[in-house]
Amino acid sequence: MTALVDEGLLEHAPDDVRLPKVTLHATSEIRDHLRSPKTLWCPGCSNGIVTRALIDAILSLKLDPHRTCIVAGIGCAGRITSYLDYSTVHTTHGRALAVATGAKAADPSMHVIVVMGDGDCAAIGGNHLIHAARRNIDLTAIVFNNSIYGMTGGQMSPTTFEGDNSTTSPYGNIEQAFDICELARAAGATFVARGTSWAYKQLVELFAGAIVHKGFAFVEAQAICPTYYGRQNRGADPTEMLRRQRDRSVPVAKYEPGAPRHHDSYPVGVLHHAERVEYTAAYAALQQRAQGRS
Amino acid sequence: MTTEQATILAVTGNEAVAEAMRQVNPDVVAAYPITPQTEIVQIYAQFVADGKVDTEFITAESEHSAMSAAIGSAAAGARTMTATSSQGFALMWELLFVAASYRLPIVMANVNRALSGPINIHCDHSDSMGGRDCGWIQLYGENHQEAYDNHVMAVRIAEHADVRLPVMTMIDGYVISGAIGPMESLTDAQVQEFVGPYRPIHPMLDSKHPVTVGPFDGLHGFYMEHKATQQQAMERASRVIDEIAAEYAELSGRRYGLIDAYRTEDAEVAIVVVGSTAGTTRMIVDKLRAKGVRAGCVRVRAFRPFPAAEYAEAIGHCKVVGVMDRSDSFGAQGGQVFLEVRSALYDCDPRPQVLPFIYGLGGRDIFPANIEQAFTVLRDAAKRKTKTTVERRYLNLREE
Repeated sequence: MTALVDEGLLEHAPDDVRLPKVTLHATSEIRDHLRSPKTLWCPGCSNGIVTRALIDAILSLKLDPHRTCIVAGIGCAGRITSYLDYSTVHTTHGRALAVATGAKAADPSMHVIVVMGDGDCAAIGGNHLIHAARRNIDLTAIVFNNSIYGMTGGQMSPTTFEGDNSTTSPYGNIEQAFDICELARAAGATFVARGTSWAYKQLVELFAGAIVHKGFAFVEAQAICPTYYGRQNRGADPTEMLRRQRDRSVPVAKYEPGAPRHHDSYPVGVLHHAERVEYTAAYAALQQRAQGRS
Repeated sequence: MTTEQATILAVTGNEAVAEAMRQVNPDVVAAYPITPQTEIVQIYAQFVADGKVDTEFITAESEHSAMSAAIGSAAAGARTMTATSSQGFALMWELLFVAASYRLPIVMANVNRALSGPINIHCDHSDSMGGRDCGWIQLYGENHQEAYDNHVMAVRIAEHADVRLPVMTMIDGYVISGAIGPMESLTDAQVQEFVGPYRPIHPMLDSKHPVTVGPFDGLHGFYMEHKATQQQAMERASRVIDEIAAEYAELSGRRYGLIDAYRTEDAEVAIVVVGSTAGTTRMIVDKLRAKGVRAGCVRVRAFRPFPAAEYAEAIGHCKVVGVMDRSDSFGAQGGQVFLEVRSALYDCDPRPQVLPFIYGLGGRDIFPANIEQAFTVLRDAAKRKTKTTVERRYLNLREE
């Protein structure tokens, strides 16, 4: 069995779900990790918050930027590859996890962080999600879940809640939404967490926990899309949308066990944590064995 | 919304296609959003939601699924449409061949957009030109009107008993899809009468006569004969496209040919071009004509089937022909249209020299001056006693 956590990245040996200590950094330090202070994300979009949280986690863990690789798919979240000043790959729609799997296999010592939108992760690339989770390959998979296809103008996605409006469901979505965390867990992910754009520090901690976790770590960052989701559903005031996240998110310890996430109540925090052999480690062990070196 | 009398509307190219789809009122539309096509299916989703059409609308989870659903629907016997662009087109790839080989008359709007990478959302023709060998009929439109007209005609062409092939209609991303232009629509009744009821051949839903669609056909089967019949259908499609266009002209007053030739009768130099750039090209032709230059141009309308004889007829007498491709076939002698046109003119005697130009990749602007530059190259070549060099000439390529 391989170590559950990369000890070198953690000050203290963790409990089962103890997250690394994080410190929040000044904007000037954050900006050192950005290629440009400007983004094309809409005013009020929370992708900036989530991106900052990721940088804060990377800074807190003192990851070597030269050993950190960001792989992203297509959509609003995918733009992150143009902003973060690391090695970044902007792949095609839905294929971020597949490309990241290749990158990780090529150099398992790299920190490979995958950024996806809900379309990338749960629709067009859903197949890659379940298989990356099944393999338990050491990737940090982050989904910016705004429950809508923002980049193409507000069509329903697999995480659009039942009843919600979108430009392709103008009188309400009749399909059930994915609980992507449950999907990742059922498929075999060994670290599954959900955070919100509202609870910034928790999001940083969850990202840090996912990065230090050795195995497939999945974090759903609840994002807000005032422009397309908000305008079609209950108002586009970003602060109001963030407050709704505050009101609706329930710490996992207080959430009824086994209850599904629904519209106005969902658990946040580390939802699942397990120990299972990691793919690249298993592969290296297999190589050793096959070559008669062990 | 119904259209009871012919009306001229100010629409985006996407709206023009969506309007044609509404009036045809297909049984099934399956699609996935992709820029710059999204608006088509988004508008259509609204038509469905508002009960303006009787269509079953499937919001698939990828274009691969959208085309798969379209194949299932068409094989079941339903009149089926979809729309896509660029990466979505590329993701449909394996299914495009399947749809054509099953002889399913699916009609798809492809809003032309550059393929990754790097990712680019603007117009070029690399998506559909890359799909030229998949067995679909390809019709390229120039403007909003043609976006609409082609889409209505496509239904008849696809479903024609002599053809039975899927048809894709192309418009330039943004330049046409997102910009507003005039479109004269037919009435709903006219369109319904023109397309008529759909009569599927061997549909899967005809449970009294069960059929198997696409089973394994190996070394001792008829795979090769099957492919030959696809080609025969393509050959017949040229005639059918023209016949349907003639019938459509009676209805609309707009007559479309397999190619769109402009002032080529006595032309010494001519340019072949696809899509919205044709308008600018005709303007330059007029400008050169005013100066006494015998210039002309041909716009590509049907690229599959490729009407080679029509090109030979229209520009075979030219001294030099320039072909402007808005996509490239890396490592070939030029872009896809160049290769076809040069081949079409090979048997002309005397044979015109044909030169490849590449322009507008990833939405790069094409200015009137760039087209004049191309004509200057052609005129210089026409004056020479020996043939000029045939390397690609890029228009508006950054030099630094």
